[in-house]
Amino acid sequence: MTTVLTAGVSLKPQHYDAALACHAAGLWFEAHPENYMVAGGPRLAWLEAIRARHAISLHGVALSLAADAEPDAAHLARLAELARRIEPSLISEHLAWSTWRGAYYPDLLPFPRTSEALARVADNVARAQDALGRRIAIENPAHYLRIEGHAWEEIDFLTELARRTGCGLLLDVNNVFVGARNLGYSAEAYIDAFPGDPVMEIHLAGHMPDPNLGAALLVDSHDAPVAPEVWGLYERLIRRIGARPTLIERDDNLPEFVELLAERERAASVLHAPLAAAA
Amino acid sequence: MMSAPLAVPVTGALARFQDDFASALLAPGAALAPEIAALATQPAFAVYRNTVMKGCIDALQANYPAVARLVGEEWFRAAAAIHVRDALPSAPMLLDYGAGFAEFLARFEPAAEMPYLPGVARLDRLWSEAHGAPTEGALDPAVVAGLAPEALATTVLRPHAATRWAWFEEAPIYTIWSRNRATGAAAADLDWRAEGALLVRPGDAVTWMALDAAGCAFIEACAGGGTLAAAAHAALEAQGDADLSRLMSILLAAGAFSAMSRIDHPPCTEDDS
Repeated sequence: MTTVLTAGVSLKPQHYDAALACHAAGLWFEAHPENYMVAGGPRLAWLEAIRARHAISLHGVALSLAADAEPDAAHLARLAELARRIEPSLISEHLAWSTWRGAYYPDLLPFPRTSEALARVADNVARAQDALGRRIAIENPAHYLRIEGHAWEEIDFLTELARRTGCGLLLDVNNVFVGARNLGYSAEAYIDAFPGDPVMEIHLAGHMPDPNLGAALLVDSHDAPVAPEVWGLYERLIRRIGARPTLIERDDNLPEFVELLAERERAASVLHAPLAAAA
Repeated sequence: MMSAPLAVPVTGALARFQDDFASALLAPGAALAPEIAALATQPAFAVYRNTVMKGCIDALQANYPAVARLVGEEWFRAAAAIHVRDALPSAPMLLDYGAGFAEFLARFEPAAEMPYLPGVARLDRLWSEAHGAPTEGALDPAVVAGLAPEALATTVLRPHAATRWAWFEEAPIYTIWSRNRATGAAAADLDWRAEGALLVRPGDAVTWMALDAAGCAFIEACAGGGTLAAAAHAALEAQGDADLSRLMSILLAAGAFSAMSRIDHPPCTEDDS
């Protein structure tokens, strides 16, 4: 693939007609592969129709790379089959676990960042990259809990993971903001310390205060526009590391497609700014 | 709870953390290891509990829309939460989650006054199966129209990969389901009788129609590899007054079959007299 990704948006069935008809230059879509793991039929045909016109990134939620077990072989095979069909520009996953002892927990669950965990995640990422025959990007998670027993800072953990496996990183700026607010660290310092070279993609999303706890706990809900503070962190990041493919990530409380496109335009203008400054 | 250990090599502290964390997610009252108990008392732990439950319940509601419409969202989500604790997804394709939901409803005490509910759930499930089935073309009815009567004994029709059917002896499940599957369907009087349903996906959408006992028996026989003669026999067994030529043209026009083949030697059965 030689497609150059700029700014893209999440692909949602509710936006099918508008997404298919949109001809915005460089527009790409990100899809959750688990939603297209079917034998055939209209859902897969729809994704292929979008793919015929636009680049697609596959953003998995279920490889469970931080589980203390190898990735499920059947699931990895399904992902490889979908990738063969769709030829995505990028495949990404999370620094989290979601499948354990034969049960799937539809969430991105946390774990203590120990050296044991690093060895397991690195082995799992390597297995996934071997099965897919390509480099994948791993996303920094949102944080809610104070977990005892972290032996590694998250950025060091991700940097070492990239060094050991050759994987790329997906930097979710909203996750940084949410985690920093919930656990009380500096989002700016995190953004400034994140290694720029391995970053293959950036995510921008909205968050909400927890319905019970209010602003004391922000939830990475993907159901609102990108917050002003997150735009600020994003601009700060791009100024330092340069342009990277950037996704407007929206999964719930979906607005009209044009509203997502407007957020995408804003990201695109940030991406073009460093080039303009350098010229 | 779904906790029967599978063949996952447990290597140490990370596995223990995940065992305990998973227990705490679904059983708030359970005795927990101290490390996890400390986590689970943080208010933020509820974010994970809620996200896992909401993800599973949302998936059931999406996969069983006619059941949800019949019982109302509040009842549905309360029942679904109970089912989720019994049967977490075993794979991440949530489109396929809930295979056991009809059986759950059949033995769910609060659903006893709605004996039609498991059948409605079964049709919701068949819709999902039809929707995600392999892509293939439908058999051209003209291919079958030219068959000589003597060819029936050696001709086999294969149901399309997306074709699903069900016969309900006890209740008008098809009518109840189809009224609650589409929004705004009129609630006319219900004729309490046995009914069958046919779901097909000839093009890019799943469609459905009522199918009589003869039709269900016919397509069941075809799916088992039976010849058209055997399928016709099964249809007449199920319904003595079946109009076979009309039945075949309805099924063919619906796109219920994908292929026709010939067998050289028709199987001899005790019905071949």
